[in-house]
Amino acid sequence: MAAEQFGYATGFRDTLGDLADPKCYTGALDLAQVENDWALAKLRDMLLVRVAEEVVGDLAESGEARCPCHLGIGQEAVAVGVSAHLKSTDRVFGAHRSHSHYLALGGGLIELFGEVLGKEIGSSKGMGGSMHLYGPEFGFHGSVPIVGATIPIATGAGLACKMDGAGAVAVSYFGDGAAEEGILHESLNMAAILKLPVIFVCENNLFSSHLDIHLRQPQNSVARFATAHAVPAQVVDGNDVVAMARATEQLVARARAGEGPGFIEAITYRWRGHVGPKEDVDVGVRRQPGELVAWKHRDPVRRLADALVARGAIAADAVQVITEELRAKCSDALEQARNAPYPPVSNLLDFVYQRGNP
Amino acid sequence: MIARMSYAEGIRSGFGYLFKNYPNVFAIGQGLWSPWYVGSSMTDLDKDFGRERVIDSQVSELSVTGAAVGASLFGYRPIVIHPRIDFMLLAVDQIVNQAAKWHHMLGGQVSPSLVIRAIINRGGEQGAQHSQALHSWFAHIPGLRVVMPATATDARDLLIAATLSNDPVLYIDDRWLYDWEDEASPVVELDLAKQGPLVRRPGTDLTIAAASFSVRLAMHAAEELAKQGISAEVVDVRVLNPMHPKPIIDSVRKTGRLLAVDGGWKNCGFAGELLALASESLPTSTWMAPPRRITLVDAPAPTSRPLEDAYYTTAADVVAAATALVGQKVPA
Repeated sequence: MAAEQFGYATGFRDTLGDLADPKCYTGALDLAQVENDWALAKLRDMLLVRVAEEVVGDLAESGEARCPCHLGIGQEAVAVGVSAHLKSTDRVFGAHRSHSHYLALGGGLIELFGEVLGKEIGSSKGMGGSMHLYGPEFGFHGSVPIVGATIPIATGAGLACKMDGAGAVAVSYFGDGAAEEGILHESLNMAAILKLPVIFVCENNLFSSHLDIHLRQPQNSVARFATAHAVPAQVVDGNDVVAMARATEQLVARARAGEGPGFIEAITYRWRGHVGPKEDVDVGVRRQPGELVAWKHRDPVRRLADALVARGAIAADAVQVITEELRAKCSDALEQARNAPYPPVSNLLDFVYQRGNP
Repeated sequence: MIARMSYAEGIRSGFGYLFKNYPNVFAIGQGLWSPWYVGSSMTDLDKDFGRERVIDSQVSELSVTGAAVGASLFGYRPIVIHPRIDFMLLAVDQIVNQAAKWHHMLGGQVSPSLVIRAIINRGGEQGAQHSQALHSWFAHIPGLRVVMPATATDARDLLIAATLSNDPVLYIDDRWLYDWEDEASPVVELDLAKQGPLVRRPGTDLTIAAASFSVRLAMHAAEELAKQGISAEVVDVRVLNPMHPKPIIDSVRKTGRLLAVDGGWKNCGFAGELLALASESLPTSTWMAPPRRITLVDAPAPTSRPLEDAYYTTAADVVAAATALVGQKVPA
């Protein structure tokens, strides 16, 4: 085993079992009690994320996008499933790999591509880039690449929700790497002791940058940190949009009712490397071509499409048709972003402080 | 008889004013329900305004500061209290990477409107990790306003101004000032962006520029110097970032001499910044003597009493440096 070979983590415990085995969970999703319209909408949402991220990947590959771009292709079901039970008044925070979080809530393509290209039309006025997305009108309140940094900010947003008393919830997206930061422990403790309406969503894609979770943690399920703080946790197949939505629905309902925080560990896998368009199969440990191919069999898009085809809800070529349509939509958005102006140089100083007082 | 207000009473009065007039203000930090952590600067605020608004927190500097950043994005004006600035270092990511950056990097669309109150609490043989004055670090960060009140009135009014400011503000107070009194005056809601250095005592022979407790030293020194026939002008810098240097430069243009006094270390520090901005702003013909600075020596705070006595700057040190600077006026 890789971990022992490198002298780390003797006694490693595989606490994820089948969820970490790409040979499992590869079949069509179970759509019992799921309506066709809902499922089709989620299929489109996931495809939009995928196609848009492929465009960003191409921009990174060609060098047209110069900011670091972290792609989550393969992980689309997480954000799409979670967003299914959120409202625009909820408060969602992301991290470095947040295109999906932004788009799944309704973020615009022109604003996404514009931000990646550093244009004023971008979601952060071209001042942030791929790692700093923003869209408060649909509930996305910011993403940052300092690992774990938005976890306490989302916790504070949850404190504000509690003080407001209007039933809104806060959501913190982070990865399995962030679970190694002490801030997760502090924030879970705080959310638990103050009973804050915060949903902690860990996208456990089994890698932090190049390093496999076996070389970083003594167990591969991170939900144990939630359990340690008496925060209800669900460990979910993160490539199953139906399971993601169900877990979110339950934990969000509790949080809205004033019953405190919840934790979702979504097991997933990214098809591209840590940053940029490449697959990163040449670096790290265990991220080998065979493993990537195996994980692609757990494709969240295909599994949902297969179920819809089996049910007769969509044609066999529906994914192809929708993909072409979304590619055209992305091309239009990209052209508009390309033609948009850069921010004025005066922003450099004008945005350091906000003018005036209330 | 004119009513007096101590610095600690000024801080408490500022909190009281904010809680009474602004329902979106809350305070969070360690020890807020205890008499031990923040001296008399917050006595009974939890009883007067409720423990939902005066929250005694977990021992989690980073998450508590981050939570205040988060709440500030949604209409609240949190004041995070770090009873010792040394411990606030555990929260630096949220202060430097997050609070100070969000307005700029998100295109001016949102601003974390929180106050981070940090207390300098030193002396008494408390040693290297209970004694630091780290304002120079934080005044280096664009986007973070850094305020260091020296007087009771400023302790109150700058706390209010910091809380009403839409930008993140680091408000640093010093326990060695808590008993220093001012004439009590009505609260004034100041626009923090417009606050800058003030001349606390006019003079003609040299300018002593300082902030926080060093202003107190400078004022005591100026009294002594007056007895020796030296007229020192004391400039209280008040706001270290962004700094408005004009009143300092105007003063030095008049006196031709600058002595910067700071309770922090020398290398890359606040006192050096005062010397640099005056030097680059004024022609050589202005200067009657090269500018000087008094800082701590570049060493951690000791515990043992004789070492501690040697470590901290006294008014006598300021008098000696000023006298040397005004060389020709040294009495025979």
